[in-house]
Amino acid sequence: MLNQLNGKTLLLAMILVVTTLSGCGSNESNNTINNSSRLDTVKSRGTLVCGVYGNLPGFSFVDESGEYSGIDADLCRGIAAALFDDPDKIQFRNLSAQERFAAVKSGEVDLLSRNTTWTISRDTSVGLEFAPTIFYDGQGMMVKKASGAKELADLNNKSICVQSGTTTELNLADQMNKRGINYTPVVFENPDALYAAYEQGRCEGATSDRSALIARRASLPQPDDHVVLDVVMSKEPLAPAVANGDSTWSDTIKWITYALIQAEEFGITQENLSSFENSNDPSIKRFLGLEGNLGEDMGLPKDFAARVIKHVGNYGEIYQRNIGEPLGLERGPNKLWTNGGLLYSPPFR
Amino acid sequence: MMKKIQQNLFNTWYNSLLTLISLWLIYWISFSLISWGFTQAEWGVLQANLRLFFLGRYPVDLLWRPWTILGIIMGLGTLSWRLRKGKILIWFLGFLVISWLLTGGLFLETVKLDDLGGLVLTLLTALVSIVLSFPFGVLLALGRQSNLPVIRWLSIGYIELIRGLPLIGILFMAQVMVPLVLPPDIRPDRVVRAICGLTMFSAAYLAENVRGGLQSIPKGQTEAAKALGLSTPLVLALIILPQALKAVIPTIVGQFISLFKDTSLLAIVGLVELLGISQSILANPKFLGRYGEVYLFIALIYWIFCYSMSLGSKKFEQQL
Repeated sequence: MLNQLNGKTLLLAMILVVTTLSGCGSNESNNTINNSSRLDTVKSRGTLVCGVYGNLPGFSFVDESGEYSGIDADLCRGIAAALFDDPDKIQFRNLSAQERFAAVKSGEVDLLSRNTTWTISRDTSVGLEFAPTIFYDGQGMMVKKASGAKELADLNNKSICVQSGTTTELNLADQMNKRGINYTPVVFENPDALYAAYEQGRCEGATSDRSALIARRASLPQPDDHVVLDVVMSKEPLAPAVANGDSTWSDTIKWITYALIQAEEFGITQENLSSFENSNDPSIKRFLGLEGNLGEDMGLPKDFAARVIKHVGNYGEIYQRNIGEPLGLERGPNKLWTNGGLLYSPPFR
Repeated sequence: MMKKIQQNLFNTWYNSLLTLISLWLIYWISFSLISWGFTQAEWGVLQANLRLFFLGRYPVDLLWRPWTILGIIMGLGTLSWRLRKGKILIWFLGFLVISWLLTGGLFLETVKLDDLGGLVLTLLTALVSIVLSFPFGVLLALGRQSNLPVIRWLSIGYIELIRGLPLIGILFMAQVMVPLVLPPDIRPDRVVRAICGLTMFSAAYLAENVRGGLQSIPKGQTEAAKALGLSTPLVLALIILPQALKAVIPTIVGQFISLFKDTSLLAIVGLVELLGISQSILANPKFLGRYGEVYLFIALIYWIFCYSMSLGSKKFEQQL
């Protein structure tokens, strides 16, 4: 191993030096490889490489048994299940905020499932293709119950803890200016430090994504002394993404994600899946691949949706397992459209 | 005893005041730390994640391999304590066996480098970078002193370029730029890329440390050796380098200790070494807010390794 490593390292060290010195001029050589879709690459490789954050409660983290957990990780598992009938044929890769887009575009990861907000610039100029939103988040505000604050206006002339360098900081400024509220921002680099300061009373309010606030609230010594206000200061639709220009692959991700939502709408769960095998409903038959060939037409197995449900469950189950139960966050906008939420899957036919 | 205390701590009014204030500070800090440790801290987070801290996501059914490695390291340690000769050979063979056990291949199931994590990954990246950067550093130092202008200017250029860049910048280049430039089939593992980045960085600093040692050797020694008929490589290998390296052992070890701690920067580029896996553990909803316990624990681990490195180098120096 040492010899191999040594050789590789030497070679790479030289290459690195050369590229450092000469700048990276040759981008043309890159484009010659991509004639086939990434779907074929993933299938022939036999594993899915999935980029996650790895440090966000409820979305992706390593649990005590060493497995990746969270809604982002489960989406990756669902896709591996659809392709290979095995949710463990997957390689998770932690990505920092800075390297995530480069990692997708260079093909380091097949899929970015990393609590990434879908915005117009990321969809167009950054060169990503977004699959449907799997979590509608928004910026919120947490205050101490004793302060009696009910809305943002009650925080006039108070100090607010916020993380630096994030859209959160800018959104806060926008929203407060719009309402003409004076406030003192107390800025932190690290979220742990932010909530420690809030707990010690260095600021009256703490702002972040609502899912994060509710998770943090549960970890404070007296959770009931704190409330997350009803106000939503920004739209944060978190969606999986792939590289632009490969519609076979982006369709795959898109429709596997929709399958999770559609399964919940049909009421198909991990437990009762077998009882639907004799269903007479033609739309359910088509969905589960018992009839027609929706899956095969897109290069997937016939029963891809059934495989996904068998291994990871429908959207509601994934939500409950990763966010509803451990973080105590209600579905809110993440309900099905039939229940007044925003989740809506186009028909499977 | 009392007299000593009075002489050293309470000899003037301002020294007495300083002593009292310091005593109060020490008492206050240690008391609040200890009472936090016993009343507020929940150490369960460490117990539940012990395997993650040390091994990361190493496959559970292959756990016998890290245990064997630990046994080998302990065995080698006692062996090299007893032996007078052949230490380097033993450790080299031991390193080969250890890396074979760790990553597999040759009759063993392979473990992807990407699946390594926690302390094992920290040690692997630090150790391999240290071992690799040493020869590179010495070569660069010699190159910088060379009479051949091309070699000299290349060495100077490399050293000054790398020393002018921040380490985190080099690591980002290795993780983000390399994939953009190299096609997927010859693209090395990201752990290998991290090791390359650390090695490149450390080699440049090491070269300057070694150059200090080289310049401390009087020129007369080279001339005398040449007068005896030794060729240039022999002069270097037998006369100059042994003295030069011995003179700079403390700075080299200092460089290695800081390289060991610098591996924590890999957490920023998404590798799950000791700090990276800690951040992931802290994101587990069950352990939210337990950062005090976790960060203290990994600080202790870093300290143990760095301190034993400096102890080891002290002993090594005495032996020479």
